Amino acid sequence: MKPNAEPISLEPAHALELLRGMLRIRRFEEACAELYAAQKIRGFLHLYIGEEAAAVGVVQALTGEDAVVATYREHGHALARGVPAGAIMAEMYGRLEGTSRGRGGSMHLFSAAQRFYGGNAIVGGGLPLAVGLALADHLQRHRRVTACFFGEGAVAEGEFHESLNLAALWELPVLFCCENNLYAMGTALARSESETDLCLKAASYEIPAWPVDAMDVLAVEDAARRAALAIRGGDGPVFLELQTYRFRAHSMYDPQLYRTKEEVEAWKARDPIPAFAKRLRALGLLADADEERLEREVAEEVAAAVAFAEAGTFEPVADLERFVYSERTS
Amino acid sequence: MTEAAARTTYREAMREALREALARDPRVFLMGEDVGRYGGCFAVSRGLLEEFGPERVRDTPLSESAFVGAGIGAALGGMRPIVEIMTVNFSLLALDQIVNNAATLLHMSGGQLNVPLVIRMTTGAGRQLAAQHSHSLEGWYAHVPGLRIVAPATLDDARGMLWTALQDPDPVLIFEHGSLYGMEGELSGGGAAVDIERAAVRRAGRDVTLVTYGGTLGKTLEAAATLASDGIEAEVIDLRSLRPLDAETVLASVRRTHRAVVVDEGWRSGSLAAEVCARIAEQAFYELDAPPARVCSAEVPMPYARHLEEAALPQAAGVVAAVREVMGRRG
Repeated sequence: MKPNAEPISLEPAHALELLRGMLRIRRFEEACAELYAAQKIRGFLHLYIGEEAAAVGVVQALTGEDAVVATYREHGHALARGVPAGAIMAEMYGRLEGTSRGRGGSMHLFSAAQRFYGGNAIVGGGLPLAVGLALADHLQRHRRVTACFFGEGAVAEGEFHESLNLAALWELPVLFCCENNLYAMGTALARSESETDLCLKAASYEIPAWPVDAMDVLAVEDAARRAALAIRGGDGPVFLELQTYRFRAHSMYDPQLYRTKEEVEAWKARDPIPAFAKRLRALGLLADADEERLEREVAEEVAAAVAFAEAGTFEPVADLERFVYSERTS
Repeated sequence: MTEAAARTTYREAMREALREALARDPRVFLMGEDVGRYGGCFAVSRGLLEEFGPERVRDTPLSESAFVGAGIGAALGGMRPIVEIMTVNFSLLALDQIVNNAATLLHMSGGQLNVPLVIRMTTGAGRQLAAQHSHSLEGWYAHVPGLRIVAPATLDDARGMLWTALQDPDPVLIFEHGSLYGMEGELSGGGAAVDIERAAVRRAGRDVTLVTYGGTLGKTLEAAATLASDGIEAEVIDLRSLRPLDAETVLASVRRTHRAVVVDEGWRSGSLAAEVCARIAEQAFYELDAPPARVCSAEVPMPYARHLEEAALPQAAGVVAAVREVMGRRG
């Protein structure tokens, strides 16, 4: 049923890039957690740790022309998409040099250059935007894909159903990436949905829907490539249920009363980063020296991002009201 | 012959504006509930599907949040969408997209993502449609920074505001009062685009300033005519743009007349009329010879029965009475 995609290249360079992509997110967010404790980062901070394979796998199927719409747990997507780590960190520091001049913070990263459309903090609110971006591409005859990330909690929102229906009805090029980490904040899927098979919901709108083990970056990449190929071929949207798990708290103040330590530990045993590294070692694609180099380079990138944020400036208060409306050149 | 050709209705003026926009700019498309095959709930878009095809005149499902959000996304993606929401009442189902996305994206993205979207919707009461089809909530929308709110009350504005709105880089909401579609007359401006910035003086007068917009402009002009026969010359200001508010035009008038009555179909508490009165009180207090007054809708869900609905809505007689009050002439 799935269209044939080009086989995933497991050449050493690509394999190491996948590993690096996940490692960047992990180490960046570990730094974020520390900086939050140090009160350098304020507001809400939703960490993606544990879910890295989802974003890294999906972006492999995208070109620079494609668009990404994400949620408030989007540091990983922004990094994977190529938004500079320094600009992301500076945003969390509330600095002018941040992706959004310090106006958005952790939940509202944007980059027009990378066609990264947020950073949307209303659950389900990004789906209609993705449908519209895809509609614009359809009307302009662009063979682009809009990848729309959202959690399984969004499935309970009306906007999920309205958006899937509209995208399918109009055969729009949307890649719906549902990151099912089992909990909408603290509410387990089975406690909020009468039907817990998410693919069945998508299929009810005549959208091809595939469950994917999103603790396996190669499985995600493979599914995303097949989906993107079908979408670019004009077949309309595809829905991926990316089965994953959030290792950390929902945000920063969360005693995690809704799940057991055993459950968390069981998922951590499937951590996508060591699992992938082990696989590469077994294939002879990763030597100790490679891993040490990757860790060192990632650590340098994170340190540079923090230094960039620390050195950042604050937007002048005089500019507070800029960009409520566009600035006219005339 | 020429005169007959120039006669039009508010509905036809709006339709011509849509036709012109679709013809002039390939990025423009229209979408909403029943805008295509049905011809528009108020017959505004009749014939446009046949003329421009289903790609550019798109019937949507009854999914206000999705199609308004899709309009925002399409605007981000390089198009110039015109989204029709059948009425303001249904726009509440799209409030998330309008308030959380359309209004915020430019500022929240640090100036990166502007949303050149036009949303049209019918507003207002007066047709015995009861509480769920009679809201006047444009004042709510006018509360929100990032949105531009306009209310065409004349044929020229119905014809000319859309093109200007489409040239705007930011979201513009056009509120069309449901009682106006059948209004007949002639276009004085020949159908040219008009500004969407300034209020307009619809009748000059020296004794009192009446401030209104949209569906209550007609009633306010009627009241002014009645007052004129009584020797009171009222100046009538049509706000046209509810956000940003052209306070200067209002204040300049009040500084000459020294009295103000604001007529607004919204509920009094927290209304646009309240904002206009506040601006007058803040900036022209010492020019006033009487406290500013308001004529608004009764604070009830709009009832169906004609006599109750009429009692709930601002009427010309109520405007006349309010003016006599501020003029110090009772009865």
